[in-house]
Amino acid sequence: MKQLFTFLTKEFHHILRDTRSLLVLLGLPIVQLLIFGFAITPEVRNTTIAILDNAKDETTQKIILKLENSQYFDIDRTLINNRQIEKAFKTGRIKVAIVFQQNFQNDLLHNNKAQVQIIADATDPNQATTLINYASAVIMDFQSELNQQNKLPYTINTETRMLYNPQLKGAYSSVPGVMGMILLLISAMMTSISIVKEKELGTMEILLVSPMKPWLVVMSKVIPYFMISLVNVASILVLSVFVLGLPIQGSLLLLIASTVLYIFCALSLGIVISTVTNTQQAAMLISLLGLMLPVVMLSGYAFPIANMPFILQILSNAVPAKWYIIIVKGVMIKGIGIEQIWKELLILLVMTIFFLLISVKRFKIRL
Amino acid sequence: MRTLLFLLRKEFLQIFRDKLILRMIFALPVIQLIILPNAATYEVKNIMLSVVDNDHSEYSRKLINNFTASGYFQLNDYSKTYNQALDQIEKDYADLIIEIPKGFEEELIKENETKILLSANAISGQTAGLAAAYATTIIKDFNNDVRSEWISPTRMNTIPQIELTSSNWFNPQMNYKKFIVPGVLALLVTLVGFLMSALNIVKEKELGTIEQLNVSPIKKYQFILSKLIPFWFLGLIVMTIGFLISFVVYGIYSEGNFWVGYLFAGVYLIALLGFGLLTSIYADTQQQAMFIAYFFMLVFILLGGLFSPIENMPDWARYLTYINPVSYFIETMRMLVLKGSSFWDLRFNFLVVIGFALLFNSLAIWNYKKTA
Repeated sequence: MKQLFTFLTKEFHHILRDTRSLLVLLGLPIVQLLIFGFAITPEVRNTTIAILDNAKDETTQKIILKLENSQYFDIDRTLINNRQIEKAFKTGRIKVAIVFQQNFQNDLLHNNKAQVQIIADATDPNQATTLINYASAVIMDFQSELNQQNKLPYTINTETRMLYNPQLKGAYSSVPGVMGMILLLISAMMTSISIVKEKELGTMEILLVSPMKPWLVVMSKVIPYFMISLVNVASILVLSVFVLGLPIQGSLLLLIASTVLYIFCALSLGIVISTVTNTQQAAMLISLLGLMLPVVMLSGYAFPIANMPFILQILSNAVPAKWYIIIVKGVMIKGIGIEQIWKELLILLVMTIFFLLISVKRFKIRL
Repeated sequence: MRTLLFLLRKEFLQIFRDKLILRMIFALPVIQLIILPNAATYEVKNIMLSVVDNDHSEYSRKLINNFTASGYFQLNDYSKTYNQALDQIEKDYADLIIEIPKGFEEELIKENETKILLSANAISGQTAGLAAAYATTIIKDFNNDVRSEWISPTRMNTIPQIELTSSNWFNPQMNYKKFIVPGVLALLVTLVGFLMSALNIVKEKELGTIEQLNVSPIKKYQFILSKLIPFWFLGLIVMTIGFLISFVVYGIYSEGNFWVGYLFAGVYLIALLGFGLLTSIYADTQQQAMFIAYFFMLVFILLGGLFSPIENMPDWARYLTYINPVSYFIETMRMLVLKGSSFWDLRFNFLVVIGFALLFNSLAIWNYKKTA
């Protein structure tokens, strides 16, 4: 026990000495959370749209004004003919063009029918759909204002309730995602690198011939990073609740306990990486190039798993972050208890044991 | 010139010697590019529906039928009460509740007005917004059917109506892969180039071999060039493989001039590698370089517009993207591949990236000290 303590002191000295790395380790989760909380939002705002107004009458002016006042759009009025639309799209200046036909007002008031065409840059299909919906909503709004006197008969009204997240804040889905991603990447990267570093610099030999048991050497590597991860969890939770305004509906204890399990899982994945690599560079390539995109894309955080092809749905089960994100969403936002998430917890536990078994098997006590 | 050639030979030898890293540089991007874009779909087709039908009338059944026939929704269950349906959402079995009130059909016909309640699981605001939008459209269509059943067409015509038509340019099939593949490719090229260059010089520092280079008669710019050129080739090779995969696996080819893409990638890689080398010169240990690289990569990528449109960001974040090289690369790849933008359309992006290249590399040469 005393030996382990000595080794831990050594590791802590190593970590605390390197203030730059420590700054990144502790600061990055905060920066990332703030970016997600404030910069990345699903709301549309200030998107530049171009208007090609072939009518230039009172009604079209009113509609354009309404679009401009909606906060969603900045209006570009410089288009004169159809050909310029394509040019404007190609330079990336605009995302949507709205075309009013000639005699718009006349047609609307006398023939009761007038046409508006909305053209979207569907390079990003999702954004295009959203923008078309927003623009249509503004124009339809104008129409119902126009028709206020003669209300349509037989009307079905819909009332839409957004459960758990009535203001549709992006943070509700991004905070669990950020936690899943950052804890996994940092823990896996840190442990694998710090173990491999001893191999690369040749100091691993000295550690292995010391009277210290090999698993204690590994433990002394893992414990400091475990503690750093706990600090990160604390800062993420404090920021989410007090700055981003997220609730913690369920039990805080359950949330922290599941997080500790998840960190163990990530650390043991780091140990596995350290047993298959010999240079820090290789360890880093695996933990960054190899883990970053799969964790973002297959964990169900950036894209809903239900929409993926069947094979990828199966593959996503192997990503620990997927299970952890389900747990965090459930406990933090929905406020469910252990009886509804025990399955996910069990899976994380099995994964951790699996990683540990592989590392025990592959860990070489001779070089 | 001869000195540079010798240095280059050394660098290439070192790269090809480490088979594990070499395999990873090529295999990881290839595998990810083949698998991951398939996961990226926002196309909502399996919204699970929990229906609370308190009316059990002909109309309510018809409406529910319209939902399940639309292709966007799947019926999860008929719940007896709203709370029972809520339970389904809590367990993540259902995404959307439709509650049809008692007397729905009667109210609609006799009192001209009735109300349907939709409740969506909004933890992911984006999915909830889309689900609600689809549901509202289906209800509106149903509403129009009911009206045309009861009202003669002439009466409908007395109300001014704006007809909205919409069209989607550059990607009329709304193929999300066409959008995500060029972006992921740009990202992978960036990751490979940046991670390799950021660790390179600092590795020589950590292993002590930099001393030997320092005492050799090498000019500073020759040293930087010898570090830059090998990774520049690696980056372009990864990009070529990526282009091939996009074509073979996804059938995506560039609408614009292929060579403009290479030209841009060439300039971009010089800028990116310059930044990587600068990181490497600044860091004391590989570990430090990695954490710094990790920090910049994450921030660059998150604010690079890969998944979330830059237009939606608040002003301060949008200004940050102006100094983010990654966002220029992702944007250019997309404009080129999807819209077929020409060199002239892209001139601004070119200028900015050339500026970055000059800045980062001069800083790298300037900051590299031959005295330890």
